[in-house]
Amino acid sequence: MSNTHTDAGQDVHVADSSTKTIWRTFWILLGITVFEICIALAHMQFHWPKLPVNSLFIILTIVKAFFIVAEFMHLGHEIKNLIMTVLMPLLLFVWFIIAFLADGDSWKNMRKDLAPGTPKPVEKVQVIEHEGHHE
Amino acid sequence: MDTAVTAKKKWWSGGHSPFNVSYGKLMMWYFLLSDAFTFGALLISYGTIRFMSTSWPDPNEVFRSFPGMGERHIPMGFVSLMTFILIMSSVTMVLAVHAGHQRRQKDVVKWLIWTIIGGIAFLSCQAWEWTHLWHEGAWWGQNPFLNADGTAASSNFTNFFFTITGFHGLHVTSGVVLNIVILSNVLKGTYENRGHYEMVEKVGLYWHFVDLVWVFVFTCFYLL
Repeated sequence: MSNTHTDAGQDVHVADSSTKTIWRTFWILLGITVFEICIALAHMQFHWPKLPVNSLFIILTIVKAFFIVAEFMHLGHEIKNLIMTVLMPLLLFVWFIIAFLADGDSWKNMRKDLAPGTPKPVEKVQVIEHEGHHE
Repeated sequence: MDTAVTAKKKWWSGGHSPFNVSYGKLMMWYFLLSDAFTFGALLISYGTIRFMSTSWPDPNEVFRSFPGMGERHIPMGFVSLMTFILIMSSVTMVLAVHAGHQRRQKDVVKWLIWTIIGGIAFLSCQAWEWTHLWHEGAWWGQNPFLNADGTAASSNFTNFFFTITGFHGLHVTSGVVLNIVILSNVLKGTYENRGHYEMVEKVGLYWHFVDLVWVFVFTCFYLL
């Protein structure tokens, strides 16, 4: 860069600062990924409770997505109109994820509770009645 | 495109793009938005089926192999390498776009070539992983891996794995093709004559999107 002529001096300065941002973003992404892998390997060893570990993974994924979209795809430096027209439709995912995962969960519960040979919950009521008779 | 952005500018009064980007770039964003919904639908259906199942194969057991390491268990090893390659190729793509802004043709060529190499390296890794899983008996409709609780698993696991990583790999493939087309145009001087390298930016957006999708695929299949 040292042999660039003087009138391009300001351009070179701008170039340096955004090249810095690019590499900073790279290190952040790499760091998060390495951290995730460490957690996954430690999880294999220590068998931590699944819910906090998985929540951490999802949060870190969203953080990585933010950096890719904001810095690499440059959306963070666009005007608000463009940011909104891209991000607002994605809010539909909030509903998609909640609705479909809840559906899957209720499906699993039905398969467990209503499978042939599964004792019916009504029997619990009968047990309580039995205890009542013994008294 | 170089209109100064002032705070009180009336974006919707006509005469200029209310999004302050060219038509082509805006349409690339909308295409990526629609593609995000396609991938979202695939990943959410995968999540639904996984929530529906009483047990599921342990990814650390399934994805434990590394080329040239034989039967040694290296959980997460190979996929970490693939992730690193894709992030790296995203960085070289930004550097190509950046060089394009300053109309440094040689640097655009250099970084585009690195990006293409990264894309091809990623695809080769995926080809190895698929081949390895196929030799272990995994394919659409057949799943040799047991559930984490030791019961026999359905083929849901392999069906979703091959469909989603396959669809992602297809995106990487078309990204590599687009990059090669762009590279040949840069070499021919098409963008130099046009006076700007916006086409590199548009393809760059697509390439980063592919990286973005991989971040989610990585979490959904290998971490969770």
